Amino acid sequence: MLGSAVIVFREVLEAALIVAVVLGASRGAVRGGRWVAAGIVIGIIGACIVAAFAGRISDALDGRGQELFNATVLLVAVAMLAWHNVWMSAHGRKLADDMRRLGHDVTIGVKPLSAMLAVTALAVLREGSETVLFLYGLAAGGTGQSELLAGGMLGLAAGVTLGFLLYKGLLRIPLRRFFTVTGWIVLLLAAGLAASAADYLNQAGVITVLSAQLWDSSNLLSQSSLFGQMLHVLVGYQDRPTGIGLIFYVATVLTIAALMRLVGGSRRDAGAGSLATRSMT
Amino acid sequence: MLRTVLVLALAGTLVLPLSATADSQEYAVIIKNHRFEPSEITIPAGQKIKLVVDNQDPTPEEFESHSMNREKVIPGRSKASIWIGPLKPGSYDFVGEYHEDTARGNIIAK
Repeated sequence: MLGSAVIVFREVLEAALIVAVVLGASRGAVRGGRWVAAGIVIGIIGACIVAAFAGRISDALDGRGQELFNATVLLVAVAMLAWHNVWMSAHGRKLADDMRRLGHDVTIGVKPLSAMLAVTALAVLREGSETVLFLYGLAAGGTGQSELLAGGMLGLAAGVTLGFLLYKGLLRIPLRRFFTVTGWIVLLLAAGLAASAADYLNQAGVITVLSAQLWDSSNLLSQSSLFGQMLHVLVGYQDRPTGIGLIFYVATVLTIAALMRLVGGSRRDAGAGSLATRSMT
Repeated sequence: MLRTVLVLALAGTLVLPLSATADSQEYAVIIKNHRFEPSEITIPAGQKIKLVVDNQDPTPEEFESHSMNREKVIPGRSKASIWIGPLKPGSYDFVGEYHEDTARGNIIAK
């Protein structure tokens, strides 16, 4: 029972942490929670569909379907997170000011909310499909598996709880600095996802350069440990990174930071304020 | 936002044909009763190889290796190929994540 709990917990944790960050980043937006909730529901439905077609996805594109699917999902999520951060670099300060001044949630456009919905749905879809397959395997195993299923549910609850705790922790950050902090987390989270996408492309044989391992810090902090895995999700920590993964990571950080600075800087004259410029300099 | 997705999709189609499908050596491993057979595979160091995993169990399995940075779900009764390496000489462990207590193996790069 404990075994299946740990497996489901590990799969759920990544999605739960991403959802917590997304929920935090859309703090103060009217109906922000509902958009994220919709993302979770769409993600779960998507996960079931992906799990049902797992065989066909895996066989597609000369046996590289699963890797290319995962890489695409990750890169679209990176683009959405980047887009959200750039939007926030132009509007974040004003948003925080309004929230403080008015003392209640403010209405923001549909665009940033739909980006958050997409990120949520993609995170739940990717990690969820593996959970669905695992639980299906248990259910298909026949009698005597109810204990394992109960373990799975326990793991699910534990993962969601940890995500909830992270969200509650984020909310303790003072509003003045809140969007700067979540902006940095989203930036590093996106970079970590891009590095994972590079590893999938490498695994598929699409990218063949710089695939050797750069270092091994698994003795220092193993990626399989709880803390290691949390750092992996939140800031993209890898105990045995590849060169190409590191390049994707650094390139993503630089690209998003440059875009934030560009957009945030140009809007500052218009009085909208800039979070990115302040935090990057 | 839609534009970003389109740009990404376009970039993807540009990258794909560029990747040469270099013919590399193929190695096979079977998953049966939640165990890898053989559980030890010796491959040449410094070369890219293709590992074909044949899951003969009715349940799905996830091939996972932290030491080689690999993870791939293999549905029940199906095959999947995973590109591995080039690896430095040494031993690299892998597991079937869904049955970690029995599904364990090593790749030895020589």
